[in-house]
Amino acid sequence: MRKLREGLPLLPFLAVVVIFLIIPTVTVIVSSVYANGVFSFARIQALFSDTALAALGKSVLLSGSTAVIGAVLGAVLAWLIVSSPPTSMVRRAVISLCSVLAQFGGVALAFAFLATVGLNGVLTLWVQQVFGFNLAGSGWLYSLTGLILVYTYFQIPLMVIVFVPALEGLRDQWREAAVSLGASTWRYWREVAVPLLTPAFLGSTLLLFANAFAAYATAAALVSQGSPIVPLLIRSALTSEVVLGQSGFAYALALEMIVVVAVVMAAYSALVRRTARWLR
Amino acid sequence: MNKSLVAVSAASVLVLAGLIACAPPEKDNTGGETSSGVKVSEATSAADFGGMDALVEAAKKEGELNVIALPPDWANYGAIIKAFSDKYGIKVNSAQPDAASQDEINAASQQKGKSTAPDVFDLGQSVALANTSMFAPYKVATWDKIAAAYKDPNGAWVNDYGGYMSIGFDSAKVPPVTSVNDLLKPEYNGKVALNGDPTQAGAAFSGVLMVALSQGGSADDIAPGVEFFRKLKAAGNFLPVDPTPATIESGQTPVVIDWNYLNAGETKKLPSWQVVVPPDNAVAGYYYQAINKDAPHPAAARLWQEFLYSDEGQNLFAAGGVRPVRADTMMADGTLDKTVADKLPIIDGPVTVPSPDQTEKATKYLADNWAKAIG
Repeated sequence: MRKLREGLPLLPFLAVVVIFLIIPTVTVIVSSVYANGVFSFARIQALFSDTALAALGKSVLLSGSTAVIGAVLGAVLAWLIVSSPPTSMVRRAVISLCSVLAQFGGVALAFAFLATVGLNGVLTLWVQQVFGFNLAGSGWLYSLTGLILVYTYFQIPLMVIVFVPALEGLRDQWREAAVSLGASTWRYWREVAVPLLTPAFLGSTLLLFANAFAAYATAAALVSQGSPIVPLLIRSALTSEVVLGQSGFAYALALEMIVVVAVVMAAYSALVRRTARWLR
Repeated sequence: MNKSLVAVSAASVLVLAGLIACAPPEKDNTGGETSSGVKVSEATSAADFGGMDALVEAAKKEGELNVIALPPDWANYGAIIKAFSDKYGIKVNSAQPDAASQDEINAASQQKGKSTAPDVFDLGQSVALANTSMFAPYKVATWDKIAAAYKDPNGAWVNDYGGYMSIGFDSAKVPPVTSVNDLLKPEYNGKVALNGDPTQAGAAFSGVLMVALSQGGSADDIAPGVEFFRKLKAAGNFLPVDPTPATIESGQTPVVIDWNYLNAGETKKLPSWQVVVPPDNAVAGYYYQAINKDAPHPAAARLWQEFLYSDEGQNLFAAGGVRPVRADTMMADGTLDKTVADKLPIIDGPVTVPSPDQTEKATKYLADNWAKAIG
């Protein structure tokens, strides 16, 4: 009874989880193998068609490359932020800016890039006028290259936000201890700081991967041809007025995404557990 | 723990019940009978009502008509709805004007039995042919004047209007386009757009088919069209941007492959916008008009059909730049307005309209190959 009373405040949260997470997930799993009273693996099999595999490959490439670029650049930026004193204006400004930019995805971000380096973008026109060089080329912004650039824009700030706490967890005493035992700065980094930070760094990279893998609105606003990545292929399967009856395929693709993200998040939580041991 | 699970389920049931309770009450008024004793929802011609006047009377009694996915600037629907409403004093409720064909069918299934369900459909080919079981057969007074190729023999659907696939271009920005092959020239670098993804949008599908015809393909063989777009992409000419009136006016998409009536609509806003229907590889596409068999206003739905296929309705379509289905016979007997008739493109060569089987085969090929070609 006491347990029940303690759990009561959590009820609304549980209701939300059930309605918006558990029910949709179960629906996706069931609908990808079962439709109109027939159980079949045909839709799962369709995941191995050329189109679906190519989309998965590009999704992984996009998420992987933006995760690595974002993680490396974000970690460097985070280190620069942490090395300035906690009261510094610049530090507080950069951290606030990162919190905002990490959430600045979707149509607004796509539009910002279109308006800057799109075919008629301000920068494109200016460079064309001054240097006679066409920055937008034949529309690279609307392809995978463009997506990598645009995704990196929200990946770096996210990395800063999740990585700053790990850097702040590096205690001065550890460095002092290493130095008093005769370690050079380089040796301190190589044998103390980097091994300590590696799990946090890899974990953040995985978080970035999942973040990019599931992003939809930015890509949807930029790319209108060929559905190169999985979220766009799901859109195409659901809304096509040419190829009908593909909603089962969309469910199968959604299941594929759930599996990929589940694997990534499992690896992430394992790494976080390792980091937590040091950063108490 | 188990108790809290029960509580959670109870809470979610309550939330769901609340959502359902918000829906408008169901209303069944499809059960009325005409003066000749036929159920209104099963009447297959005006004669079943006891003549046109009786149909008008029955429709006026219903007082409303629900239409869906009819943009006011598309095929002149704005003017058509107004003319219908003024003529018969029937209120037209236009829902989701920018919805896609599949949305119309979804709305009909989801709102089945409610007074807000759509009464009539205006659908693209594949969606229409996949859902004929939802249509109520009806033959309008002008039924015999519509060519057999444009109607279901039982009257489940009738083509209402259509057009030709065309290339629109901004003559102020690019040299004039005379044939599909011109598009590969370096002058069109980064300038050629297709209205949508052909595995998703009907207009883009017909665009690829038109290109296929120009490259030696046929309605049975769309592969040369995909190959052409691969070359267009490799040459850097293909622009992976979804063209809209905004991109056309701002000059982002100086060449657009789209239906001639949509391209022609741009000329009004951008005078240098010109439209070419490639004369040797014309592809025509028609929309499908049908009555929802569960229409909440069955008589008004039938009167709407009569109006669309009357001389008045067909002329209104023509004024919107589309080709009404009775265009040929109306030109012959002189009932088509001279001023609008002159604006309709005249095609001397063969006109290709893919059959449902050909469309299905071609879409399958596109689903497997399009992304590879332009990726």
